[in-house]
Amino acid sequence: MIRVVDLHKTFGGQEVLRGINVEFETGKITTIIGGSGSGKTVLLKHLNALLLPDRGSVLVDGRDITKLGQSALNEVRQKFGMLFQSAALLDSMTIYDNVAFPLREKTKLKEKDIEQKANDSLAQVGLAGMGYKFPAEVSGGMKKRAGLARALVTQPEIMLFDEPTTGLDPLLGKSIHELIRRMHEKFRFTGVIVSHDIPEVFKFSDRVAMLANGVIIEAGKTEEFTASTNPMVKQFLQGETQGPISVL
Amino acid sequence: MLSLIGQTGRYAIQSTAGMGRIFLFLLSAFAWAFRPPPRLRLVVHHLRTIGVESLSVVILSGVFTGMVMGLQGYYSLRKFNAENFLGSAVALGILRELGPVLSAFMVTGRTGSAMAAEIASMKVTEQIDALYSMAINPIQYLISPRIIAGLISMPLLTAIFDVVAIYGAYLVGVELLGVSSGSYFAGMELSVVFKDVFSGFLKSVSFGLIITWICCYKGFNAPPMASGVGQATTESVVLCFVMILVWNYVMTSVML
Repeated sequence: MIRVVDLHKTFGGQEVLRGINVEFETGKITTIIGGSGSGKTVLLKHLNALLLPDRGSVLVDGRDITKLGQSALNEVRQKFGMLFQSAALLDSMTIYDNVAFPLREKTKLKEKDIEQKANDSLAQVGLAGMGYKFPAEVSGGMKKRAGLARALVTQPEIMLFDEPTTGLDPLLGKSIHELIRRMHEKFRFTGVIVSHDIPEVFKFSDRVAMLANGVIIEAGKTEEFTASTNPMVKQFLQGETQGPISVL
Repeated sequence: MLSLIGQTGRYAIQSTAGMGRIFLFLLSAFAWAFRPPPRLRLVVHHLRTIGVESLSVVILSGVFTGMVMGLQGYYSLRKFNAENFLGSAVALGILRELGPVLSAFMVTGRTGSAMAAEIASMKVTEQIDALYSMAINPIQYLISPRIIAGLISMPLLTAIFDVVAIYGAYLVGVELLGVSSGSYFAGMELSVVFKDVFSGFLKSVSFGLIITWICCYKGFNAPPMASGVGQATTESVVLCFVMILVWNYVMTSVML
């Protein structure tokens, strides 16, 4: 389980997170929604300590990762996989090498076993036979799938998804969601998704949390969340421009 | 008045903190260079990008620098009937000053800028974050191998520049302008001592460090936006040129 307690973060005098308190249950998928620039990605990047808070703590299985040294932190990070908004594939490597990379770096597997696992992972995301291409030679959707293959190849306990369907057409977006759902069924990881893709993303989310004004204003099971009477949640879900959330 | 003092103080604190960050970055790169796993393959890869791929531009600039030195040296020395000292003048100038400095400029332009741009681009596209998320330290993976490769490549490139430039001057001075070949090389042999070669070697090693250190630092700390790549590249090249000239003066004054 991941527990975020009283998390504060300021960038250049602007307080982005103002005391976040939220829990991400083991084996469940939690989606974080909120307006653009509300700090969703900032919150996500605190979960595996890519960003460190000004105040507050992030407890992963009871350990506060904000206070860990480099080697202890690396140990905890090995529990995580992350799909970045831009996929963040290493552009000097082929798709195959990108997927094999964490295995080569973090395991003592033989090259033959690495090849097997990397190819399996590519096949799972529908990229069998595409491993020889470089990231610059493939489409946005293929990059996301390759990023997902790389994140899942080490079978992490926790998966973080930063806007996995941004920049993709609705069909590709749907296929990525379907892929995440299938992978979750297979690996049963704890998933945290930052997404704007409402209501699509709710179809496979166990829980939803909404971030606004630097705090979590509502969190709960998906069906409870969608029935929320909180005016900010209602306005956001219905896509209204008038309401407590100022749009312009 | 108080605000002026405040601004000056703030600037001084920011500058000191900035310098501290640059030095900590270098210390961290050295510390990670000695931690497992060894990154020999990456060092070899960067030896190719910094060393082998800069070879053509270093040779070209070496030839023409030597030729100009041969030409200028000949016309200057002829005023004193001292053309036979052309070999000494060219060798001392190239080994002690021009060889290390000009080859460092070439490597900065050819490889340093590309290094800063590549690392900055990795920062902007979250590739560095991706390394962190895979529990791989980017300093160890991206920076330390480049610095080691820079320390090895730069003296080798400088040595090649020196040899090529000396033969460039020979071509103009001896083959075109008629200075005696024997006096060209004999003068060189008499005037050049080990200290001259060694000072050039030390300079080239330190320039190798400056180029990789500054360019990697600027790339690694680029603002996370598209313009950050251009900004990091420009700043790294300008800062390298300035640092090379300043450090060259410091080393020359210490080793004369």
